[in-house]
Amino acid sequence: MATIKLACDVARQVEAICDKHGNDQGELINILHEAQHLQGYLPEEMQRLIAHKLNIPVSKVYGVVSFYTFFTMTPKGKHPVSVCMGTACYVRGGEKLLEEFKRVLGIDVGETTPDGKFSLDCLRCVGACGLAPVVMIGEKVYGRLQPVDVKKIIEELEA
Amino acid sequence: MKILSIHDLEKLRKSAEAHMSLREESNRHVVDHSCGLATGTPHIQILICGGTGCKASSSQEIVQRLQMEIAEHQISEKVEVIMTGCFGFCEKGPIVKIIPDNTFYVQVTPEDAAEIVREHIIGGRKIERLLYVDPKTEKSVSDSKHMDFYRKQMRIALRNCGTIDPENIEEYIARDGYFPLATCLLRKKPQEVIEEIKLSGLRGRGGGGFPTGLKWELTAKQQAEQKYVVCNADEGDPGAFMDRSIMEGDPHSVVEAMAICGYSIGATKGLVYIRAEYPLAVHRLKVAIAQARDYGLLGDNILGTDFCFDIEIRYGAGAFVCGEETALIHSMEGKRGEPTLKPPFPAESGYKGMPTNVNNVETLANIPIILNKGAKWFSSIGTERSKGTKVFALAGKINNVGLIEVPMGTTLREVIYEIGGGIKNGKKFKAVQTGGPSGGCLTEKHLDTPIDFDNLLAAGSMMGSGGMIVMDEDDCMVSVARFYLDFTVEESCGKCTPCRIGNKRMLEILTKITEGKGTEEDLKTLQTLGKVIKDTALCGLGQTSPNPVLSTLDNFYDEYLAHVKQKVCPAKQCKALLTYAINPEKCIGCHACAKHCPAEAITGMTRKPHIIHPDLCIRCGMCVSRCKFNAIVIC
Repeated sequence: MATIKLACDVARQVEAICDKHGNDQGELINILHEAQHLQGYLPEEMQRLIAHKLNIPVSKVYGVVSFYTFFTMTPKGKHPVSVCMGTACYVRGGEKLLEEFKRVLGIDVGETTPDGKFSLDCLRCVGACGLAPVVMIGEKVYGRLQPVDVKKIIEELEA
Repeated sequence: MKILSIHDLEKLRKSAEAHMSLREESNRHVVDHSCGLATGTPHIQILICGGTGCKASSSQEIVQRLQMEIAEHQISEKVEVIMTGCFGFCEKGPIVKIIPDNTFYVQVTPEDAAEIVREHIIGGRKIERLLYVDPKTEKSVSDSKHMDFYRKQMRIALRNCGTIDPENIEEYIARDGYFPLATCLLRKKPQEVIEEIKLSGLRGRGGGGFPTGLKWELTAKQQAEQKYVVCNADEGDPGAFMDRSIMEGDPHSVVEAMAICGYSIGATKGLVYIRAEYPLAVHRLKVAIAQARDYGLLGDNILGTDFCFDIEIRYGAGAFVCGEETALIHSMEGKRGEPTLKPPFPAESGYKGMPTNVNNVETLANIPIILNKGAKWFSSIGTERSKGTKVFALAGKINNVGLIEVPMGTTLREVIYEIGGGIKNGKKFKAVQTGGPSGGCLTEKHLDTPIDFDNLLAAGSMMGSGGMIVMDEDDCMVSVARFYLDFTVEESCGKCTPCRIGNKRMLEILTKITEGKGTEEDLKTLQTLGKVIKDTALCGLGQTSPNPVLSTLDNFYDEYLAHVKQKVCPAKQCKALLTYAINPEKCIGCHACAKHCPAEAITGMTRKPHIIHPDLCIRCGMCVSRCKFNAIVIC
């Protein structure tokens, strides 16, 4: 786990979230959802704070964070790229698209570029199977993409 | 307003009738001529798909542009724009439907809005270029009822998707919604409701196919202070989006069914466990729950009776295993979503140790209409042991990707060739995968098998939640098996050894085979290992995880053999087994490939045939997509 000191106001917000849910252990997942929303990820300090508030071991919080793919401990890039790896996208060339994003961005799945501009992830199914293969960048869905389109999209976003 | 009696519901249905009758009318019979304000049509409704797929293709923007145009022409009193749920024909989205002439426009863009309003809505002239063209007859079809895609479908669970505004409870009531709940509460005993569901033969649509009525009865029999109704909306099968479409297009049917279930089993609390990755479905569900509360259809003393019931939403956080009911319950309790051994079943000891009834979204969506039309009607549809219909997310290498609903017993051939319109780009059909990571690949010889729970199981696959992925001759079945196993390994919760370690070993062997390093012995190991995992894994997901491998070994053994013996990939997908070369007779030396080759593996003089250096080539296929002369050969 990377150690990042939590800013005071963020810490207060996290505490408020825990209080709102009555510091109930059973609400851990809902609390984590809201806490991740604050900064886009769940740094170690934040997990420690939540564990303290709910009176449970940090290992339990970390156990839940690491179990679910929706929770992340690394900050996302300014443009989070998610390549759909649902079966429909896979058979229509999703894997080749992913390879091309890895190559163009120079990062692996789950990583962020050193300049913080792009992060790369896979997601399971956007449900836009009619547009397969699909890539989501931020909120925008790019459909029917080919590996040749990747470089252009990245360049456009970089500009 | 609070609804206190069936009479109140009747009043609401009546008042919404004028607004809804236009849609009902056009559903019943087709208006041949097109309608326009200038040609005397008094009222027009424009329905537009607001499902995730079409929204991704800017359907929201189309709505805005349509509304702008309507305001500009000052016809907003006569024309309504309504955002509905999914029409199902995702391949051709975004879809715009004009009522009452039932014109079905496909692949509409925001730029088309002005023309639609000017030409069709006012002028009454259909816009030919936006109509669907039947690929067989090459003629345009304006009414969806005449399209092959819709002709064989029977929409029961999807009855309201694409017809009503999902964020308007009155439209749901106008289509007989909440009448079944009212009838149950006011006129039926809980046991009678359960009997009706048992009689209908409805089986769980989430994958297992357990009889729903029996499940309700088991929970109803338990004595406890608190019982729970849980809706499993954790649709994790990659490439399946049935449940999401129902929640986006008809959330009230789920809310109503949960309340009916609560009444039948004696529960006052409902929980929907939904994927956080489904923001639109979450939103629509929240709206529906809030509206139902406002109308007194959720909350205390529903319809003036003693029955109290309310629903909360719980979010999943991206774990496939949470689709398994015991894992789902642990996740709702704020824990890691690990399954536990059954018994005890959730019906005995579920959420917080209390009796809990878990049903899938599609199962629930069937409940109101079964009670409305009767168990006899429902059980008259389908096959001997699988009643009713099933919704499938049809995707992959097929012409008509989309969401379909067919009666049980429809054959795979009908689904793929008639509804699905056959294989994309005229390629040859190779396999169809059903049941997602728990299912298997079926082949040509299974095409005439009627689809139902038992037949699919007998064929080595399973119904699953309803993902149906079609593959063509270009798909390598070893790679497909590896893809699914990769998913399973990633998603394995790690609790039991067979799934955690066994699947990992299987994945390693499959990877080895796709890299050309496999042996015949490996194929035997895969078979043995697969069977052991099937027999010994803890939960339903673990037990079914080897299915994609075992079924491809059964049906495509030759393809595996080619990988391990001749070290070739017949479908030309396994990178390590391919060589890229340039055909000197076709290459004109334009240099396009060399310019775009990321590995700088292509050299050659201008206007002279180029060559690819195999030691540098990373087999990315970029040259193939760049070459305009088909000069790149893969062998």
